[in-house]
Amino acid sequence: MKAPRILLSRVLLWGTGLLVILFLLAPVLVVLPLSFSSGAFLFYPLPGLSLRWYADFWASDFWLPALWNSLRVGAGASLVAGTLGTLAAFGLWRAPFPGKTLVMAVLLAPMVVPAIIVAVALLLAFGPLGLTNSFTGLVLGHAALGAPFVVVTVLAALQQFDAVQLRAAAACGASPATAFRRVCLPQILPGVAAGAVFAFATSLDEVAVALFIAGPAQRTLPRQMFSGLNDSISLTIMAAAMVLVVISVLLLAAVTLLQRRRAP
Amino acid sequence: MAAALVAPLLLFLLAVFVLPIGAFLLRGVEERDVAPVLPRSTAALAAWNGAGLPDEAAFAALIEDLREARARDQESGAGSIARASARLNADWPGFRSLLPMTARRVAAGTEGPAREALIGISEDWGTPIPWAAIRRAGGPYSDFNLLAVLDLKRDAAGAIGAAPEQERIFRAILWRTLWIGALATLICLALGYPLAWLIATAPPRLAPLLLGGVLLPFWTSLIVRTAAWTVLLQREGVVNAALAALRLTEGPLPLLYNRGAVLLAMVHILLPFMVLPIYASLKALDWRLPRAALSLGASPLRAFLRVSLPLSLPGVGAGCLLVFIQALGFYVTPALLGGANDQMVPYFVAFYASRTVNWGMAAALSLLLLAAVALVVALYGRLVGFGKVRTA
Repeated sequence: MKAPRILLSRVLLWGTGLLVILFLLAPVLVVLPLSFSSGAFLFYPLPGLSLRWYADFWASDFWLPALWNSLRVGAGASLVAGTLGTLAAFGLWRAPFPGKTLVMAVLLAPMVVPAIIVAVALLLAFGPLGLTNSFTGLVLGHAALGAPFVVVTVLAALQQFDAVQLRAAAACGASPATAFRRVCLPQILPGVAAGAVFAFATSLDEVAVALFIAGPAQRTLPRQMFSGLNDSISLTIMAAAMVLVVISVLLLAAVTLLQRRRAP
Repeated sequence: MAAALVAPLLLFLLAVFVLPIGAFLLRGVEERDVAPVLPRSTAALAAWNGAGLPDEAAFAALIEDLREARARDQESGAGSIARASARLNADWPGFRSLLPMTARRVAAGTEGPAREALIGISEDWGTPIPWAAIRRAGGPYSDFNLLAVLDLKRDAAGAIGAAPEQERIFRAILWRTLWIGALATLICLALGYPLAWLIATAPPRLAPLLLGGVLLPFWTSLIVRTAAWTVLLQREGVVNAALAALRLTEGPLPLLYNRGAVLLAMVHILLPFMVLPIYASLKALDWRLPRAALSLGASPLRAFLRVSLPLSLPGVGAGCLLVFIQALGFYVTPALLGGANDQMVPYFVAFYASRTVNWGMAAALSLLLLAAVALVVALYGRLVGFGKVRTA
């Protein structure tokens, strides 16, 4: 009597779970093949297959520069956030200091403050400094949004690191900076890289700040897609979406590999 | 030494995050538009008790201020009178025409005592209402915008009361924001818990595949997922075309630009934030405990409700917090998928900042939004505590 009931509950659990996964995956998977259509309609069946929308993406005046901008801004932001975030995480892990809780709250605040507030605040603050409509301004804004992810990821990596090694390095005559660089950093490097990837992904995904402080020359891919979705949707947007999805898959693969290396 | 390592990031965030947001929020209580245009008038009105009409000096000051401001505006094209009247118009509708018109007329020249001259230009100057509005906007600080986003307003005597019917929109927007956020959180919990349970209990060979089904959409750009829903749901979109091909519908259904579309996409985007923390806490759960309950005679349901569920609550709490807080800040998705009645507080922050360039209202609404977020975080800290939050 009991066995069938347990079987039924397993079937129900698998049924629900797989349906939810289908709900998570299907929308994007259904829509992306439209980018290979030879027609201009946003529904199935496709009149035929072609790469015309990718050619359009490649040839247009704004899509390719937008992709290029996104990658440059993301790289800049992840460099700034990765460097500052790693140092901060090491400091937080190394020793307690007065006001640590408050400092931690400030460092993690960009994760909870709604992006639109950051966007409007930066527009107001960067305007007089000449940082709106500038590459630097966008990198600084995105670095602030990505930094908490670096701090959290590197702190997690440091949990696996044995602090005694630093004392051993000091006993062998290494300065603290050398000990960090030669002993600690190589061991937490996968965590640092994962944090930098998180920061890059945060920047690549960001719309609100890009919408408010980027000028025509700094248009990022998500921002370009936002304006495209706001007026007339062409299938070139689906080609752009495909490009973003491919980048996301690469980033996810990178993080998965890095985390596997970290926890063997 | 440790503090010196933290300092660079801390200073960086102070410079490009904390200070800009602080300065922006301050705009919510600052009054910058009226006093520079009407310096003498606001000074003269400071001594006025608000009952009856202000004295002759205030009338004379206004004429002088407006003459000077108009001359300045015409020379520089700054439009400061327009800005001042926009701010005053928010307090008392009528100012948008009254102030520029008065400025034009006094610039052409006035005769006789100031009071008669102004009342001759418009009878409104013979009532205390516009004068009280000028005094309230005289600055340097006021609670005008903060009250406005709570649908409140001060009357001529300075007492706080309900705003006029047609201006009362912000409480409804706040409730709508909280309601959409709560609904999205509940749906995510209902869908996410079984999935997290499934991944945590799946055979080791299948679990990574299932987890990948959550991580892949999690890493997919928010704008891509929003675009996917637009293409699926629009009039000439995938869903309507499929329904028509199956002859299930007469004409295309209006699936886009409504509350359902917004909620659907929000749940889709936020669901991984619910699944991952619950999965992490279920993964860390000692599965011998529910098994012990079963062998002691508890029914599977009872073992779940009394043992497994309580042990996974930290994950549930973290997931709900993450989803709810992010839902409150959603801007892009409702802006693209929702109709006029589905927009939340962030949309109006953007609206005031970009369309009408009313920093005061944008800041006051941001303050409201931040207060809601802070309240939720603080409540979570009291109920659950932050030590138990796991990151997946």
